[in-house]
Amino acid sequence: MQRLLCGFAGSVLTLLLGTAAADAQDTVKIGVIMPYSGQFADTATQMDNGIKLYMKQNGDSAGKVKIELIRKDTGGIAPDVAKRLAQEVIVRDHADLLGGFVLTPNALAAADVSAEAKKFMVVMNAATSIITTKSPYIARTSVTTPQLNHTLGAWAAKNGIKKIYTMVSDYGPGIDAETWFQKGFKDGGGEIVGSVRFPVANPDFSAFVQRAKDSNPDAIYIWVPGGAQPAAIGKALAERGIDTSKTKILGQDALTAETALKSMGDASLGIITVAYYDYNLDTPMNKAFVKAYNDEFHRNPDFFAVGGYDGMHLIYATLQKTGGKTDGDTLIAAAKGMAWDSPRGPMSIDPQTRDVVQTVHIFKVEKVGGELRNVEIDKVPNVKDPGHMTQ
Amino acid sequence: MPPVFGVLFDGLAYGTLLFLLSVGLSVTLGMMNFVNLAHCSFAMLGGYVTVTLMNRLGWPFFATLPAAFVAAAAASVVLERAFFRRFYNASDLEQCLLTIGIVFVSIAAAAYIYGTDQQPVQLPAFLRGSIAFAGLNFAVYRLFLIGIALIITVVLVATLEMTRFGAQVRAAVNNQRMARGLGIDVDALFAITFALGSGLAGLGGALAIDLVGLDPSFAFTYLIYVLIVVSVGGLGSIGGSLAAAMLLGVSDIAGKYYVPALGSILIYLVMTVLIMLRPAGIFGRR
Amino acid sequence: MTSTTIAEPRDYLQAQMRWRLGEIAFWLATLLPFVLAPDYLLLASQVAIAALFVLSLDLILGFAGIVSLGHAAYFGTGAYTAGLISKLGWGEPLTGLVIAALAAGLFGYVTSFIIARFRHLPLIMITLGIGLLLQESANSASWLTGGFDGLQGIHTWPILGRFRFDLYGYTAYGYALAALFVIFLGARRLIHSPFGLALRGIRDNSQRMRAIGATTHSHIRTIYTIAAMIAGAAGAVLAQSTETVSLEVLGFQRSADVLVMLILGGTGRLYGGLLGAVVYMVARDQFSGLNPQYWYFWIGLLLIAVVVVLPNGLLGGLSLLTRRAKAQS
Repeated sequence: MQRLLCGFAGSVLTLLLGTAAADAQDTVKIGVIMPYSGQFADTATQMDNGIKLYMKQNGDSAGKVKIELIRKDTGGIAPDVAKRLAQEVIVRDHADLLGGFVLTPNALAAADVSAEAKKFMVVMNAATSIITTKSPYIARTSVTTPQLNHTLGAWAAKNGIKKIYTMVSDYGPGIDAETWFQKGFKDGGGEIVGSVRFPVANPDFSAFVQRAKDSNPDAIYIWVPGGAQPAAIGKALAERGIDTSKTKILGQDALTAETALKSMGDASLGIITVAYYDYNLDTPMNKAFVKAYNDEFHRNPDFFAVGGYDGMHLIYATLQKTGGKTDGDTLIAAAKGMAWDSPRGPMSIDPQTRDVVQTVHIFKVEKVGGELRNVEIDKVPNVKDPGHMTQ
Repeated sequence: MPPVFGVLFDGLAYGTLLFLLSVGLSVTLGMMNFVNLAHCSFAMLGGYVTVTLMNRLGWPFFATLPAAFVAAAAASVVLERAFFRRFYNASDLEQCLLTIGIVFVSIAAAAYIYGTDQQPVQLPAFLRGSIAFAGLNFAVYRLFLIGIALIITVVLVATLEMTRFGAQVRAAVNNQRMARGLGIDVDALFAITFALGSGLAGLGGALAIDLVGLDPSFAFTYLIYVLIVVSVGGLGSIGGSLAAAMLLGVSDIAGKYYVPALGSILIYLVMTVLIMLRPAGIFGRR
Repeated sequence: MTSTTIAEPRDYLQAQMRWRLGEIAFWLATLLPFVLAPDYLLLASQVAIAALFVLSLDLILGFAGIVSLGHAAYFGTGAYTAGLISKLGWGEPLTGLVIAALAAGLFGYVTSFIIARFRHLPLIMITLGIGLLLQESANSASWLTGGFDGLQGIHTWPILGRFRFDLYGYTAYGYALAALFVIFLGARRLIHSPFGLALRGIRDNSQRMRAIGATTHSHIRTIYTIAAMIAGAAGAVLAQSTETVSLEVLGFQRSADVLVMLILGGTGRLYGGLLGAVVYMVARDQFSGLNPQYWYFWIGLLLIAVVVVLPNGLLGGLSLLTRRAKAQS
């Protein structure tokens, strides 16, 4: 029996023989690390679609070099797996760059690898400020949580809202959002009349909404992660009889994502959100982008998709600028200060922090042609990440 | 009315959902000791059937509910005949592994066919909104859920207590060998009970969409809650499942409302303590 | 066994302790990745960590009959302890490993008083409850654990001052493999001892064991504490070699994965768990590389196939086949 076992184990280990691919001099390999499976799979699907669309529209060559993607699945929040995949894709598959990264813990773990191996890393979604400080070779093309929420807080104070009740999910991103929103709001002269943090996996918001209603604010600020919760809280707001024309509802992009709007129905009318992208943005470039995206994937793009799309743009643009050189120092130097027009509007990479500088949009849910859509009502251009300024 | 009643009401509604999802597993586990971890896959199937019929074929919401029940029941019959039959005498661990494999396959299949995003469902207008009563708001859909659960409980209890079939089920749950010895065809009984239980799970999955959403990871996420309800309530007991589901629904929602910093700790604490005090469950036998 | 002399059980145990050719070959084979597959050393280190974790579960499940759905609680305790020690400034891995294992063992000891009193479904649910409670508490105590973002600032010093944790994973695999081997030796010795025999008796029929005078509760507490220490050691190795710790080390997913690996390989055989870990981790890695979005499907099929074709897991099925082959020849 043990002899068979030995043979079995031996053959399993032998199967692991990796074949070192002989890579052509002019192929640049990018390790794309995302949660393709598990509860965050949809975010990876959209981001991957954005990447695929960019490559379809611009070909698979960036100047002199050919681009090859190596996709790796982290399965969800798994920093040890993300770190291992980043290491493997560099060591085994000879990747020259890293890209993707939907979740903060995974991005932080991979940042260590980027710093040690000196590889250019493009973060296309994860939104915590400290990520770009973990490696000098990271550039981000998505957003930071403070960038959005501080802007919303300041905007709210400037636009006649004096008293606010805040409700956020009790974990990293939610607390981050709450801190920066309150800061922006209070700096603008507003007053926080109450706040609550609900548990991450919260099935029922009605009672919390009741508490908010009882403190009689001008507006309620909500932060919940995407998925099923935005629709649930939207419905709870309607059930408790919150009139959005009297008590404004403020939140971040995920609150009025497309599927959330469909679930909430008319209860969502009047909700104000801050976002760096929504498919309803009324610019010629975005309209073309949305059409191309729909033709290819039969659904509308969201901010995950545009993060991937712009991430690829940054990669292509830097490779073209360096003439195909792929070492970290050259690429990050090329990335610093790079500016371009994206479907979301003009954006650039801050040379000091390597983080994204972009226009932050304020949207309101209205009925357009019988359908519920996010309509832009205001915008703040050239917003840098305030989170960096305090470090 | 003080807000505690609103919280209780919401907790009861959430509890009825847990009840619908769990009652089938409790009875089949109690009768045949077959560890079916794929139980929530049938719930997920029911949910996706509703979504497909409503969003792609335009069926009204109410018509999709029996369809969800039937689809889940039918799928369970197929799986039972083809597969599970052969493993009734296998060890618990093998049954675990087999049914976990089925859960994985179902999650991947759902992701492949429907994609990974949330499935929205548009309830008919009269089920939306809320009714104001004594200073509190009661959501119409939650009233509907509680109503359905009551009807189903009555039907189930009536079947168990007043029909021959029910008497046979009770006998088989109580003492399988004796029941066989008396000539009751326990295998056929089990097939029917399994189908009914899975059908109820499918119905629960369809009703859950508006409350907690639907995506491919549903089969895994709700498995924990279902296991908690089944073990706290006692295997093979409908009353136990109902009581446990209500208790857990209320303590989850009340706990998260009154002490949000504790998060889900309260529900797990309640569960652990209850099982330590009454290992066989609230209404369990062994 | 109706022996009248004391010598026979001892001889039996001595015979079991002898190293078989297959075992020696297995452990030599674990050195192969250094030579044949240096690109896969990181994966190999993860496999070794998983194998150590599965070993700890086998001790309580395969040998003492305790089915646990919350074993990750001890794995996570070890991981966070090792991470916190490093964060506070003491990054020496070997002492960190010992301290983390002791911390996990302490937690295991305390919970073992509850564990020893229950069997079957209530026991499973209590272990599940303990695991979930610990995970939720860790999430709430984000000032200590770093919460959602995970523990930051872990820096592991080179082992024995010389072996740095490098990008290729040589040190990581060497460290994990060494820990696995040393602890395995201890477990093997434990199993082939009177205590180990008593455990198997408790697993098979605890009432009878009490009837012949064995102290079942204290035996269960002992093995549970030992298993918790080993799980904690595995968690510590993970934290130190990857320099990351996040809430999922305590999660239900990890507890479920380790249970699947053990059942896959075959319970109660020590090597079954190791084999299960190798097969599951490698299969998962390969499937997810081929098909990042839908690899769950193939893993699910693999699990179903194993249950249908090979009862008692891979090792159980293999031993059945060899027995049949021997009977025929």
